[in-house]
Amino acid sequence: MTAGHLLAASQGTSTGASVTFWILAVISVTAGLGMVLARKAVYCAVLLAVVMLSLAILYLVAGAPFLAFVQIIVYTGAVLMLFLFVLMIVGVSARDSLRENIPGQRLGAAVAGIALLVLLSLIVGHAVIGPAVPAGAQYGLTNIQGIAHLIFTRYVFPFEATAALLITAALGAMVLAHRERLGPKPTQRDLSRERVASGHPTPLPGPGVYARHNAVDFPALLPDGTPSQLSVNPVIARASGGRLGHETSAPEQLPPGNGTGAEPEGTAAEGAAPEGAGSEREEARP
Amino acid sequence: MSPAHFVALAVILFVIGAVGVLVRRNALVIFMCVELMLNAVNLAFVAFARMHGNLDGQVIAFFVMVVAAAEVVVGLAILMTIFRTRRSASVDDANLLKY
Repeated sequence: MTAGHLLAASQGTSTGASVTFWILAVISVTAGLGMVLARKAVYCAVLLAVVMLSLAILYLVAGAPFLAFVQIIVYTGAVLMLFLFVLMIVGVSARDSLRENIPGQRLGAAVAGIALLVLLSLIVGHAVIGPAVPAGAQYGLTNIQGIAHLIFTRYVFPFEATAALLITAALGAMVLAHRERLGPKPTQRDLSRERVASGHPTPLPGPGVYARHNAVDFPALLPDGTPSQLSVNPVIARASGGRLGHETSAPEQLPPGNGTGAEPEGTAAEGAAPEGAGSEREEARP
Repeated sequence: MSPAHFVALAVILFVIGAVGVLVRRNALVIFMCVELMLNAVNLAFVAFARMHGNLDGQVIAFFVMVVAAAEVVVGLAILMTIFRTRRSASVDDANLLKY
């Protein structure tokens, strides 16, 4: 990349395009780094969506409107939704462990990454990457017609092979995701017997204390005042951190059989907030 | 913007994806990093298409997207199958063929 190229590029493009490029470059690189560093897989998926949307806008800047919309529809719309669906099935609660099974794996990966960056930078730096061709008809309104022309003339055989590939992939996914039923299907009688035998025949208690909170991450209070662990999804309970952990772990630390003795303490802590709220309400009324 | 800037951004994103594949253990996140690498390559294709002034690069990027979508579908189905049998999405747990 020589000074002449830069000069030509700066003359050939508008400042709006370059401002957009720099903003999106910073956003996409930051989101990419965050994707590698975030421990929870859902955050990774959301950050990947950010990267893909910024790349879609970059395609628009680079004169590829068709690809920009395909990027949004296929990647952000389909692929990422698929990722999120599988994530909800497979491992929302799973976090990467920080223990290294291979000693020095992170350090080695970092060194390898820097080496790869240097290598690719050298290659790109030695390559002659010319300035952009002035935006002509191919990159304007007729971009889609030009791509259609290419796909259905020169690249028609790869295009047909793509169709075969998609059908094969869909069939393969169906075969892989299909689960053969090994036993007979349980009847309603079997299900009800199983439910009674499990010791918990009623539905699980719903979350939330309706006097104060009805959030799904807040545990319901049992009649004796203790928060019910069963009412909260453990994933959410773990995510919401200290508040829930404090309130729900307090009854567990008590020795069994002493539950009634510790109850006033729990109810006092629980009851403080409604009383305060009630007195405020009464004060505000007159 | 000159295509060189786009290629530089593509290089950075590709390296981030590669490091992610090396570092992460969750198979889903590894898949996402592979997708990031594919996206980076697509960006380079678009930049080179702009440099050459023809649309071949954009068509190839389009094909890359199609192949990536197919790859994701099959890969996620395999992942779900592994999760059903081993109850884990970590690549460290799928080590029966190791020794």
